[in-house]
Amino acid sequence: MNQQPTLNDLVIQTRRDILRMVHQVNSGHPGGSLGCTEFFIALYHKIMKLNPGFSMDGIGEDVFFLSNGHISPVFYSTLARKGYFDVAELATFRKLDSRLQGHPTTHEGLPGIRMASGSLGQGLSVAIGAALAKKLNQDSHTVYALTGDGELQEGQNWEALMFAAAKKVDNLIAAVDLNGQQIDGSTDHVLAMGDLKAKFLAFGWEVVEVTQGNDVEAIISGYETAQSLLGKGKPVCVLLHTVMGHGVDFMMYTHAWHGKAPNDDQLAQALAQNPVTLGDY
Amino acid sequence: MKKYTDLGKKDTRSGFGAGLASLGKTHPNVVALCADLIGSLKMEAFIEAHPERFVQVGIAEANMMGIAAGLTIGGENPFTGTFANFSTGRVYDQIRQSIAYSGKNVKICASHAGLTLGEDGATHQILEDIGLMKMLPGMTVINTCDYNQTKAATIAIADHQGPVYLRFGRPVVPNFIPEDQPFVVGKALMLSPGSDVTIAATGHLVWEALQAAEVLEAQGISCEVINIHTIKPLDEEAILASVAKTGCLVSCEEHNVLGGLGESIARTLAQHHPCPQEFIGTQDTFGESGTPSQLMDKYGLNAAAIEKAVLKAISRKNA
Repeated sequence: MNQQPTLNDLVIQTRRDILRMVHQVNSGHPGGSLGCTEFFIALYHKIMKLNPGFSMDGIGEDVFFLSNGHISPVFYSTLARKGYFDVAELATFRKLDSRLQGHPTTHEGLPGIRMASGSLGQGLSVAIGAALAKKLNQDSHTVYALTGDGELQEGQNWEALMFAAAKKVDNLIAAVDLNGQQIDGSTDHVLAMGDLKAKFLAFGWEVVEVTQGNDVEAIISGYETAQSLLGKGKPVCVLLHTVMGHGVDFMMYTHAWHGKAPNDDQLAQALAQNPVTLGDY
Repeated sequence: MKKYTDLGKKDTRSGFGAGLASLGKTHPNVVALCADLIGSLKMEAFIEAHPERFVQVGIAEANMMGIAAGLTIGGENPFTGTFANFSTGRVYDQIRQSIAYSGKNVKICASHAGLTLGEDGATHQILEDIGLMKMLPGMTVINTCDYNQTKAATIAIADHQGPVYLRFGRPVVPNFIPEDQPFVVGKALMLSPGSDVTIAATGHLVWEALQAAEVLEAQGISCEVINIHTIKPLDEEAILASVAKTGCLVSCEEHNVLGGLGESIARTLAQHHPCPQEFIGTQDTFGESGTPSQLMDKYGLNAAAIEKAVLKAISRKNA
């Protein structure tokens, strides 16, 4: 009989997938992926209402858009382990002829992906469009999105934030991965963004803070609050405080692992901290 | 040659507005988006009839392109409307990633293209948009020549699956394509058969090409005038069939000769039927303020310039 894996088992196995994927091709973005692992597991296993199988239009189900596409490893692992495609395909990540491109794309027909992302700042607009389509279709399901925090330096986000509030896009929950890191250092060092909560509020959004963004239960609880705010004329933002590289001690609290793969020893060390739960791909 | 009558001057953008209004009645999934240029794009009739299917995004074109891409997820058929400059160069990466690479069924409808935007000057007179858009894999690129064709094209692209760039203009120009002329994406329109030279024209230059052909006919030169309304995919068959008869070609467009229709034709000729080609277009320059006709004259985008180019092409053929 099929036993449902626990959320914790999924989190740990997903971390292993991320580490092994980027190690295998010596490229990719483990830091942000690890920081958002608990979020992805909570989202796909507890928060979103999903139909079986995959349809691009996502009618009659919740849909999710990843704007910071460079954290594709966590997205791919989550989709595979949710059953969108075979977990064995994770071994093709970033390789020639793969559906698992360096950054997510619809171009290769990978189930679970509804838009290409990687060039930053575009996902929130697309999510808003999908939310408007749901309203036009009288589909009461919710659109979810995730952006990075450094990504908010892209101006298009602020166009999108202004629009969503002005046009009462209240079937949208957009999370910001607040890990405080970007390629060239901390977000405060590179381009300090000030009080993001105050900014979202000033732009007319509801804001829910999840201060323990690497705690599955805290994420689920925060999203219950966020969902309770839907349908009231305002878009909803979840400020998700995460630690980049979470779950691997030497990758935490630094931007060093934003876009760097572990070597053989580092991989062994990282995997030892996350012993197999569901079986490697 | 076949003669065309000006049925009365109209702007191509009004053809877009009329086409969009017509789609409102026939295509319940068509959604229009605009970035604070409703009047300029002539979108009022659609908006009045279907306010729930109109999205005013404000002066935020990048966001508009993303929202349009998102609307397709859920089965809507979005048409964006703004000036050509703000439909392409300003939002190139949004179109590239969220629309073209993502394979989204978005219709990018662009008014005020080229020099004929007029007095606003070079900041708004994009002459590079055809090149930008034709380079995007999977993007269909259309430049219409008059009111009737723009209306027909607007209606036709609603049933075309995949991203489309539809380019039209601001000023009133002769309306001469018959109202019942079907618009087939990717299919060149033979306007007037001839034997000495092929004139392949797009957009506002099509009428000028017909005028030039009339003058040349009086001099005993037989011009075959083809309207290439779809620059990508290019109707290579029609072009090659024509130069097989005429042996030389003049391409005409209100666009930089670098990257435009002429270069697409030149590639086809180089591969399949090398022959003399002359290029009517702007010569790697920005525009400037002026009336549309002053600008078209100054930059050599008129019937007189086409006549000279035809004589040159024929003399090169006979050399």
